[in-house]
Amino acid sequence: MSQSTTVPSQDHHEHAHPPGLQHHFIDMRQQFEASKIGMWLFLVTEVLLFGGLFVGYGIMHSKHPEAFIAAHTHLDWRLGALNTIVLLVSSFTMVMGVWAAQTGQKKKLIGYLTTTFLLAGAFMVVKYIEYSHKFHEGLLPGKFYAHQGDTVPGQFMFFSFYFMMTGLHGIHVLLGMVAIAWLIWRAQKGHFSSQYYGPVDMVGLYWHLVDLIWIYLFPLMYLLT
Amino acid sequence: MASENVMHANGHGAGAHADYLDSTKGLWSWLTTVDHKRIGLMYLWSVVFFMITGGLLALLIRLELLTPGPTIMDAELYNRAFTLHGAIMTFLVIIPGIPAALGNFILPLLLGAKDVAFPRLNLTSYYIYVVGALMALSTLILGGVDTGWTFYTPYSSTTGGGVSMMVLAAFVLGFSSIFTGVNFIATIHKMRAPGMGWFELPLFAWGMYATALIQILATPVLGITLLLLVMERVLSVGIFDPNLGGDPVLFQHFFWFYSHPAVYIMILPAMAIISEVIPVFSKKTIFGYKAIAFSSVAIALLGFLVWAHHMFTAGMSLFAGAIFSFITFFIAVPSAIKVFNWIATMWRGSISMKAPMIHAINFLLIFTIGGLTGLFLAALSTDVHLHDTYFVVAHFHYVMAGSNMIALLAGLHYWWPKMFGRMYNERMAAIAAALIFIGFNATFLPQFLMGSRGMPRRYYNYLEQFQELHVLSTIGSWILAFGLFMCLAVLLASLRGKKGVASNPWGGKTLEWEALSPPITHNFEDTPVLVHGPYDYRPQPVPVVVEREQGVTH
Repeated sequence: MSQSTTVPSQDHHEHAHPPGLQHHFIDMRQQFEASKIGMWLFLVTEVLLFGGLFVGYGIMHSKHPEAFIAAHTHLDWRLGALNTIVLLVSSFTMVMGVWAAQTGQKKKLIGYLTTTFLLAGAFMVVKYIEYSHKFHEGLLPGKFYAHQGDTVPGQFMFFSFYFMMTGLHGIHVLLGMVAIAWLIWRAQKGHFSSQYYGPVDMVGLYWHLVDLIWIYLFPLMYLLT
Repeated sequence: MASENVMHANGHGAGAHADYLDSTKGLWSWLTTVDHKRIGLMYLWSVVFFMITGGLLALLIRLELLTPGPTIMDAELYNRAFTLHGAIMTFLVIIPGIPAALGNFILPLLLGAKDVAFPRLNLTSYYIYVVGALMALSTLILGGVDTGWTFYTPYSSTTGGGVSMMVLAAFVLGFSSIFTGVNFIATIHKMRAPGMGWFELPLFAWGMYATALIQILATPVLGITLLLLVMERVLSVGIFDPNLGGDPVLFQHFFWFYSHPAVYIMILPAMAIISEVIPVFSKKTIFGYKAIAFSSVAIALLGFLVWAHHMFTAGMSLFAGAIFSFITFFIAVPSAIKVFNWIATMWRGSISMKAPMIHAINFLLIFTIGGLTGLFLAALSTDVHLHDTYFVVAHFHYVMAGSNMIALLAGLHYWWPKMFGRMYNERMAAIAAALIFIGFNATFLPQFLMGSRGMPRRYYNYLEQFQELHVLSTIGSWILAFGLFMCLAVLLASLRGKKGVASNPWGGKTLEWEALSPPITHNFEDTPVLVHGPYDYRPQPVPVVVEREQGVTH
């Protein structure tokens, strides 16, 4: 007795695999939806990863409020705001990039991706300026904290969190730049079309999350009162 | 079956229609494979290797405890041995055991899919596992770890040795676990065979889904906690060390926010296997399909709300303690629902006591003991007495070690003919199963008694009055070890024989039994279409089947 019937799947007879379709998916739609689920789940894990740091920051802030408020005055909110604007604009250019990919406009796609890449680079340059200033002043995490003339003790802990959180975020920006560079390379090779633009969409989602995390980090670190 | 005779001349290279074990040859073809079945097997052998490693450590620990005072090692070495045993068994054996080894192999077959949604991510997850395992083992050279597998601060942030390396190893292994979870959820959502709705999913898939949810939601929190611990050791960031203004109990909260849900990463896959085995060997439709399916998800979600029951004695408000205690009692309900449903499935079924079924029944007994003793620990007042005693050790070995391992064995014996196309010696496998059951209970039942009489866990030395029970427990560990080695020998011996098992030796109704034994690289010659539920053991009127078959194929 047969427990199930089988239908000959199409790919046995016609080998018209669209470019970009992996062998184990039935069609482009299934592949796109699967990767979309995968990407959103990955973003959830990212949120939870940063969530642990945010919770730790919140608890330590409430235990040592004076130290955190005193320490945050060493940050320059103008540089933070500049970086916020840079990332927001980069999110916009990323959206335009995804749109260009969906509509199959190769030139525009490469243009928007390159702009996004450059903006991400600009963010890292500003970050570098900020970090080197902190290093110079001895505003370092944990036991390396060496700033002179503090009136409120315990400020090292703020900088522990500052460097862990902006550092982890910075790593994500760098990884994002690698991913965007990969997209530019693939776009130039003509891999993407209005049928196949999944990778652009997925990196776009990732990039928005990186942006979003910064939008939370900025007020948390720079705008304490 | 018609599909077995159909040969397709075209295809994805000659290998695509040969069985997956022989389709391509050579070590390199295994190391670079993206076939979920091969990756599952690589996971399986790795897990077996580490289970033997961790098991030998356990034997040494039990041997040391044969007499009070020094027996075969000093106290320092003892601390390192039980830490390594715990870390290996938790992070390298139990967590990846069922999902990454058996789940990888079986899940796509159960769904009628060609592969998991992200095959390359799947292979990546295996290599991350290997890297994490090597990092964990490298702590042996770095001076060992003596913190226990829970890495509690402030001891872990101040002691020497390879703590940072072990903690980073657990961090790396977390990625492997997350990737498997992401893969399984996407696979279950998008790769089901045509006609397979959510309630036609085999219950194994529901269990994997719930497991994957926890892997995705809890593991990142452990990851960041472990990173913070490393930062505390390297930079003295001040978050956990009370001397720097930090809070050591915060580490416990962070740690258990992952690690309590993680114990459900260990038990849900075990339950998932049992839900497959019991109906097949009772030849009866599963009782309470939806109750079992939803109780998996309920356990996954409630599992996030009970972490603080590990800290009843660590300084917590009584009110918070009472709430966590209540939720902990509450989470026993979905577990009990499953047990009752399995028993109801067996009731008036035609039960055949094959090796997988013997393991499944052993699971029912061991899980019930483990589950019920958990309630003693969930109650605030008794927990004060039992906390950090052998009662806790016995309890979590019943649920984590015993239930998980025995369910893994049930699944392994159940799917072995599918995986390798060969049948093992039934009788010997049944004897091994009985020995494992006897050995396990002989090892851990005495520990309940010791714990309730005040024997503290992790102690190198003990009072004379506990020796009899310790001796009993150590002898039990030898029986258990013998049973496990016998089980392994019986399974491996079968591999010397020729392939030739029928595609459905147990009369299962789920889709993996439609594939050949062993399956071809692409699992099915043609995409299977579902015409009945996964546990449909009602006698089927033949004409209906024929009619449907014609309706679909022509």
